[in-house]
Amino acid sequence: MKRSYLLGVAAAVLCVVVVGTLALVWRPALAPIVPVTSPSFDPGLVRRGADLAALGDCNTCHTAPLGKTFAGGRPLQTPFGTIYATNITPDPQTGIGLWSEAAFVRAMREGVDREGRHLYPAFPYDHFTLISDDDDKALYAYLMTRQPVHAEALKNVLPFPINIRMILAGWNLFYLDKGPFRPDPSHDELWNRGAYLVEGVGHCGACHTPRNALGAEEKDDAFAGGEAEGWHAFSINQSSQSPVAWDVQSLQAYLANGWHGLHGVARGPMAPVVDNLSELPEGDIRAIAVYIASRMKSDTTPDSQESTVPLARNPENNPGSKPQSAGSQSAVPVSVAEEDEAGARIYVATCATCHESGRPVPYGGIHLFLSTAVTGESPQNLVNIVLAGLPASDGTKSPIMPNFGGVLSDAEVADLARYLREMAGKPAWDDLEAKIKTARGALSGPAASTAASK
Amino acid sequence: MVALTVNGSRHEIDATPETPLLYVLREDLRLNAAKYGCGLGQCGACTVIVGGEAVFSCVTPVALLDGKSITTLEGLGTIDHPSALQRAFIEMQAAQCGYCIAGIMMRAQALLQQDPHPSDVEIRRHLEPHLCRCGTHMRILRAVHRAAEIMSAERTQEAAQ
Repeated sequence: MKRSYLLGVAAAVLCVVVVGTLALVWRPALAPIVPVTSPSFDPGLVRRGADLAALGDCNTCHTAPLGKTFAGGRPLQTPFGTIYATNITPDPQTGIGLWSEAAFVRAMREGVDREGRHLYPAFPYDHFTLISDDDDKALYAYLMTRQPVHAEALKNVLPFPINIRMILAGWNLFYLDKGPFRPDPSHDELWNRGAYLVEGVGHCGACHTPRNALGAEEKDDAFAGGEAEGWHAFSINQSSQSPVAWDVQSLQAYLANGWHGLHGVARGPMAPVVDNLSELPEGDIRAIAVYIASRMKSDTTPDSQESTVPLARNPENNPGSKPQSAGSQSAVPVSVAEEDEAGARIYVATCATCHESGRPVPYGGIHLFLSTAVTGESPQNLVNIVLAGLPASDGTKSPIMPNFGGVLSDAEVADLARYLREMAGKPAWDDLEAKIKTARGALSGPAASTAASK
Repeated sequence: MVALTVNGSRHEIDATPETPLLYVLREDLRLNAAKYGCGLGQCGACTVIVGGEAVFSCVTPVALLDGKSITTLEGLGTIDHPSALQRAFIEMQAAQCGYCIAGIMMRAQALLQQDPHPSDVEIRRHLEPHLCRCGTHMRILRAVHRAAEIMSAERTQEAAQ
């Protein structure tokens, strides 16, 4: 009697666990729609969807190098393995051509595809869940009116058990805070608009917030700086290491143009972001700038951009003091004492000729003690840029810097970085040598070779 | 004084450390294949090979080159004995005004030394730092493909001997 009672309880518990797990994990497939050959959406809606898609950088991840826009195939290297972006063109077989609007909205909010499979949070649905109904509608209208491209998604390269998509249900349980976005009544409409764009479709935190061991953003440390595709995404909260404090005006100009005279140029994974932002309405950029500036502002932040930081070691070489014209390229002699360290000698011969040339940004370089790549929390970006340079971007206007990986040894890069830190009045980086090694590896590593996929 | 090894010969040059390699090549050593285009590392006309890597000689100070081996277009072959790459460029008539060609050839040479069989995409990507205003891009691409063929045939021939 007692034994069968216990068995019954055990069976009941097991049932609850199984049903509960299923309820948690299992998502139904949603009915396919009949593929529409000539979709009719309100052009205004499509236009707004285009802006939102630009802000969300959909094209950046969902387009392979030299591939068709939105057709997927771009590899995203994560600490867990390589995830390939999917095809989000309205192709019925390989894209989202069979997706109803409801299926699209579910993917954006819960990270589940039309067929009920969990999506990896490399797709930032933990941010997109905040997007409003109207904006999801506009994004759907925009994507469904793109040119369909037949392109099969590449298979992710993930180890067991991460390759089992169902485990993401557990991840969602812990880390997915579902929307909608709730405005903060203590701030004005513009700030809240900025917060909505930044936290939602803009998903700035996906790179600028550190992640925990399970790849979820550390919400308590929001915007404290993170890693993205071999680059460091700088801190954009009160811990910002920028030598000149950012304000609304400088942020707005930087985001809209991709550079600012006191801060330098946006490169690395931020380059496609500013390319996309340059197409957005001014009001949206301003809202983003207002919100980020408020997240960066501390009690000690000066009110005005009139900074006490000098613009050059020698005021004659202030950025903009010389025109961008023929003849202005000639090397600027900067004296270096005989006993100066190796890093100083490299700097003077190699970097100062442009970075102290007096040519205005973005054609000339800013003085390096104004660069967060030098003053920031990680040497990664400085090292990347010294080794690989800033190559011209394909099809967009862009700053450019020659690479020095071919002529500078790892030890010389380290000497140079140590000297630049000293010049900026910052303590030496302790992970410098390791970062140089990774960056050197990436020059010929898998990232470089997939970019040139045959 | 800076010691440079160019096309196999060692030279002692009297130049300040920040002097760009290009100035030394053209003015001190009279090697005029590498061209002065923009002086900013943006057009590629000044490209030479340093230790196997293509570099812009107009922005590379000689201070960084001590003990390194530098190859310019003059180092690839002569008029009587052009190299495989030079023969391919002549065969495909890939130069029009020719100002950019020396730089493009040096980067193509560096590519073919690292990867004897690059794909078309790889060649295009690799040559991206170079500007050609005449518009002979298609011929240049054909010439690099042709050079890969010639080099490959030569290797097979050498192996057979």
